[in-house]
Amino acid sequence: MTPSATPLTSRPSAGLHHSSWRSVLEPVLAGGTAAGADLVEVFLERTDHTGVLAEQEAITSVSPAFGAGAGIRVFLDGRDGFVSTNDLSSGGLLNALDQALGMLGLLRPASGHGGFMGLHKLRDHGAGKELWLEQCPSLAEATGRLLEGTDRLQRHGHHLQARRATYARDWQEVLVAASDGTYARDIRLHQSVGLSVLAADGDHRASLGRRYGTSDRPDDLRAWDAEAAAIDLTESAARMLYADYVEAGQFPVVLANRFGGVIFHEACGHLLETTQVERGTTPFAERVGEPIAHEAVTAIDEGLSDGAFGSLSMDDEGMEPQRTVLIENGILRRFLSDRAGERRTGHARTGSGRRQSHAFAAASRMRNTYIAAGPHSPAELIASVDRGLYCKSMGGGSVGPTGQFNFAVEEAFLIENGELTKPVKGATLIGEAKEVMPRISMCANDLDLAAGFCGSVSGSIFVTVGQPHIKVDSITVGGR
Amino acid sequence: MTSSSTARPEVSGGLDATDLRQRLVDLATTSGVKRWDLGAGCSTDTSVQVDRGEPKQMKGAQRSAITVRVWNDQGLVGVTSTSDLSDSGLERALAGARDASAFGNPEDTPAFSPLATAPLAPLEQPLHQPVGILDLLATLKEAERDLLGRHPAIGTVPYNGLSQRSSDRLYLNSEGACRQQRLTTASLYLYARAEETGRKPRSAGAVRLAYGAGSLDIAGCIEEAAARTIAHLDYAPIDTGRYTCVFTPEAFLDLIGAFSSMFNARAVLDGVSLSTRESLGAPVAVPFLSIHDNGLNPGNIGASTFDGEGTPTRRLALVEAGTLRNFLHSEATARAFGVSPTGHAGLGAKVSVGPDWFEIGPAEGAEGGATGLDHGVGDGDPRGLVLIDSLSALHAGVKASQGSFSLPFDGWLIRGGEHRSIEAATVAGDIRQVLQGIVGFEGEAKITPSGLCPHVWVEGLSITGEG
Repeated sequence: MTPSATPLTSRPSAGLHHSSWRSVLEPVLAGGTAAGADLVEVFLERTDHTGVLAEQEAITSVSPAFGAGAGIRVFLDGRDGFVSTNDLSSGGLLNALDQALGMLGLLRPASGHGGFMGLHKLRDHGAGKELWLEQCPSLAEATGRLLEGTDRLQRHGHHLQARRATYARDWQEVLVAASDGTYARDIRLHQSVGLSVLAADGDHRASLGRRYGTSDRPDDLRAWDAEAAAIDLTESAARMLYADYVEAGQFPVVLANRFGGVIFHEACGHLLETTQVERGTTPFAERVGEPIAHEAVTAIDEGLSDGAFGSLSMDDEGMEPQRTVLIENGILRRFLSDRAGERRTGHARTGSGRRQSHAFAAASRMRNTYIAAGPHSPAELIASVDRGLYCKSMGGGSVGPTGQFNFAVEEAFLIENGELTKPVKGATLIGEAKEVMPRISMCANDLDLAAGFCGSVSGSIFVTVGQPHIKVDSITVGGR
Repeated sequence: MTSSSTARPEVSGGLDATDLRQRLVDLATTSGVKRWDLGAGCSTDTSVQVDRGEPKQMKGAQRSAITVRVWNDQGLVGVTSTSDLSDSGLERALAGARDASAFGNPEDTPAFSPLATAPLAPLEQPLHQPVGILDLLATLKEAERDLLGRHPAIGTVPYNGLSQRSSDRLYLNSEGACRQQRLTTASLYLYARAEETGRKPRSAGAVRLAYGAGSLDIAGCIEEAAARTIAHLDYAPIDTGRYTCVFTPEAFLDLIGAFSSMFNARAVLDGVSLSTRESLGAPVAVPFLSIHDNGLNPGNIGASTFDGEGTPTRRLALVEAGTLRNFLHSEATARAFGVSPTGHAGLGAKVSVGPDWFEIGPAEGAEGGATGLDHGVGDGDPRGLVLIDSLSALHAGVKASQGSFSLPFDGWLIRGGEHRSIEAATVAGDIRQVLQGIVGFEGEAKITPSGLCPHVWVEGLSITGEG
């Protein structure tokens, strides 16, 4: 392929609910099946994004963006070809189809439909959501709320060298059409607001941040409690500013609820996606029905929780999400699967086909993923540790091709003789999924969720992590 | 691979700068916008992945993007981005930018770069015709087959990809600046996974970049991926403690890149850098270290000849003989510091600043630093020497504004002349401690995708292992 002349989108402003899309898409799907493809799928999207940044007492950046595009995927046997384009004209889509077919050695014939029976009736999950964009806060309102946030930080914080508040609003309209008749539309709305600070006093420094995010709630920013968020963050900053660096070693660790769930996300969740089964990079591929975790652990991935960052009315392959029990009392029950995963590994689809945008082929990805609540109080977990670490706030993490995971701890305290003592910073937890999952020995009764972003094969997507307080009997704590 | 060529001087198609300028002029005139600039880009990509001899995924992409900035009657700036380059898309982008300008920051308003029409440095960047995707596939399948055959323990190459891109980017402004750059690039990455019976799986890989798929050093990539993976098969835990560490060029460049806010004028002005205005001229490292940013180095495959504001790319001394000499600048930060823009800007209402490509090594003419270092021999310390091959999770384990890091790594413990891969460990410290703790350099500087650097010896870093 060579760069085409300045590409034009023929109808980016036309809503994807318009009935004329059927007549555009059906010839594409018929052409693909007539060429011999097992399945052809078209993903269309329109997007509208606004990002706002406030620093100290000023709005320093307002960044609107909008766009449209299509991704066309063709399956043949276990293989697939995928082409994305910003050209949504009939000609543009057929051109993209031809490229995808060519990748598989297929050629679109002049006529024929290859058994394609037409699209089903549109399942319109976007109905009733048409006004969401208009119902979101205006720029004036959003900037006002962020300045309220930085003002609250100033009011409650000490030694704050930098104060920031950010707001992102992502609106997306998607239309999925496939040669098996799938025809579904949705409108998604994700909003997040975050506060971050850098506290500095002489050689002491601490940088911390918090983010809050929801889906499908136009009023979210209006409901945001800037006061409580600022107090929470500035209290953490005050504690961490003079904290010592953590001593390295192997310790029992208690991880707080909400974003503590990143441990399951990184240590195990990614390894239960069929993309990992396809690659041969999960140690759990042949372990369904077997214990892979401590019996205290039940883990769930779902796209259903009202307003959660990872919730969906349908996935990016047009399937309604499910509540998928991944691990039940330590026993591996299911993998998360998408179209490709089902074709290549045999694991049935779970409504988990997700992608950042039309430029990515969907892949099996997590949605709202959490460890279920257990019987204990958080205090019981801490009391059970003679010498260890309490991780109150977590940063990001990652998992590698051998199952080794890591994640950073933003705010931590020593546990000495069953009680929290002094704050410490600079910890990184590392381990291996197969080894750490059996060591999650206690779960508390305070399950809570937190919004986050997950980057992987199909781009960066909105997810929720979560857990109650949990205790890991032993884990490597990297520090100084 | 048979159909690539370095002889053809042009790639067809791309952005039509004259047409785009005229459309913007017309739309701006209609909507009363007098001052504007824009950055635009379009690209076509093809890529393939394979899995044990079978094609896994073949991808093609055609992308376009444009960012428009406008200055309103009060001189405030607004911006909007879109993938829609149609007339209606441009019109909507212009209107969006004008609306956003109402929220422009009067205390920090960007202007056109005074260097947006200055001459650009010539770069030798041959344009290659793209290879057919089935040729890419055949090449990658062969590379995978070769790598799998290098050792019985190498069972899969779970992360692999061969891709090529043709791209075109331009910068225009209402005062007549017009920059355009066409480019072709290709990349290959191979990350193998190896596992021996009863032992943990190990993984390592290699990356290569070139101006066309036909120019990629495929054999070198396979060789490096195989050698690194095999070298990690015999592993053992390491005892927690302080060690002298030898960073490979890739690892040290990653670490410096993660802390590049030290050199970033935007971060300095925002109060989130370890540096302040007063840091210029102050010692920040051992006196035999120099760090330059040089996007123009011929080793920088795919270098940009100009930044987001149209300022020419150039070589800039950041640290000379251990002393901080310059910051990376956009137009706005340069104005705030009373210097010229350095060619490191993005494009936005608040313009980001970032490095291009580092050159790290001994300061010219400076004395000091150990000589004759050879990690193959070690340093005589009975605890041994830690060779850090690659760092992981930089996005999570680096606190750039604090200076601290705690990062998982792959590497080897070298003791008594023997190399033993380290099972799982983290390295932690403070970047200021690293820069002041450099013992010396080993070997010739190596060209990597992110810069030029030799092996760097640093003493006294904290290693946490499972031993």
